[in-house]
Amino acid sequence: MHSEKVREILDKNGRLSSPVPDLSDDSDLYSAGLTSLATVSVMLALEDEFDIEIPDNMLSRKTFESISSIVETVNELAE
Amino acid sequence: MCISDDPISQAHKEYLEALFDAGLLIPSGVDGVYGRSGVFEDVIERFERYVTKMGQHLDPEVIRFPPVMARQQYECTDHLATFPDLLGSVHSFTGKERDHIALMSKKEAGEDWTSCLQATEVVLAPAACYALYPTATGVLPEHGRLIDLTSFVFRHEPSIDPARMQSFRMREYVKLGSPEQALAHRDYWLQRAEEMLNAVGLKVKKVVANDPFFGRGGRVMAATQREQHLKYELEIPIATGDKPTAIFSANYHMDHFSKTFGIKTMDGNTAHTACVGFGLERIALALFKTHGFEPQEWPEGVRKVLGLC
Repeated sequence: MHSEKVREILDKNGRLSSPVPDLSDDSDLYSAGLTSLATVSVMLALEDEFDIEIPDNMLSRKTFESISSIVETVNELAE
Repeated sequence: MCISDDPISQAHKEYLEALFDAGLLIPSGVDGVYGRSGVFEDVIERFERYVTKMGQHLDPEVIRFPPVMARQQYECTDHLATFPDLLGSVHSFTGKERDHIALMSKKEAGEDWTSCLQATEVVLAPAACYALYPTATGVLPEHGRLIDLTSFVFRHEPSIDPARMQSFRMREYVKLGSPEQALAHRDYWLQRAEEMLNAVGLKVKKVVANDPFFGRGGRVMAATQREQHLKYELEIPIATGDKPTAIFSANYHMDHFSKTFGIKTMDGNTAHTACVGFGLERIALALFKTHGFEPQEWPEGVRKVLGLC
């Protein structure tokens, strides 16, 4: 349900080499050019937007690998 | 800095004080910045000769860089993005007489005079191999390049752990080549270093490791690095068995540096790189901890390998 907002955040902070509208929810964001530093910007933007704090054990490559994995994380944390 | 009394900090403190008392390290008033005695230096020199001897058959190019690197080249790396807290940036005074008077007045008033300084063209080298990659732009020979480096490096992480110095030496062998050549280099030295350290009585343990990337975002990077098994370390207890210390690391960077600096293989592909590094002060500290403070009394086998007898 947060997919649109996550896409907006990725568009603004992800510095991806592929345009966000061209990506499916399951596209690999690292293949789409998501760098380590951009991951941090995306993480901070998600936390601000959804008023969540992503815990240390979720700070892994898997969490940020696709739009659907990010949405899943947000859904889990933003009860 | 807060010095807690937990058992690990206590063990660090005790070993550091023992090293000061023995005169092996000389305090400077700053945690992690010490003078080294002749005995300490002799161990490091001998270990370096041992490393040279064990790498000789590979015919490495020897290059020595100063412990500073060009700021412009540094800015091309992502060190500032990933390790901003470890950086040492060199600043100096470039003003005129009036600015100098302002600087001195601030100093005399006990105010922050460093705000009167400007950044110079250099930063302190964060690793021995950082200065190498910007010089390697272009096409590599068929078998790649193998480079022997050693340098003082700087990491701003003040600590009472004597094995966590801010300014220390790193002896490296770096391979620039195809992905296979880079990986083979890392794996060869990982095995070789374990044998070498065992031969001087240091029973190291091989572990998958990660770099201390900055912040919470750094955790994502560290997890990725571990998942991909890019970094291995050989560790051994120094001040305490509760927290072993890495004394050697073997790192596969993939195309991380080559992409940035345009290092290519003969077939036109972006090269891959790998570096292996011996932490010289840490190895000396591990030797002193394991065999005692008098090298002449170390086991004969160890003395033989290091040319002490």
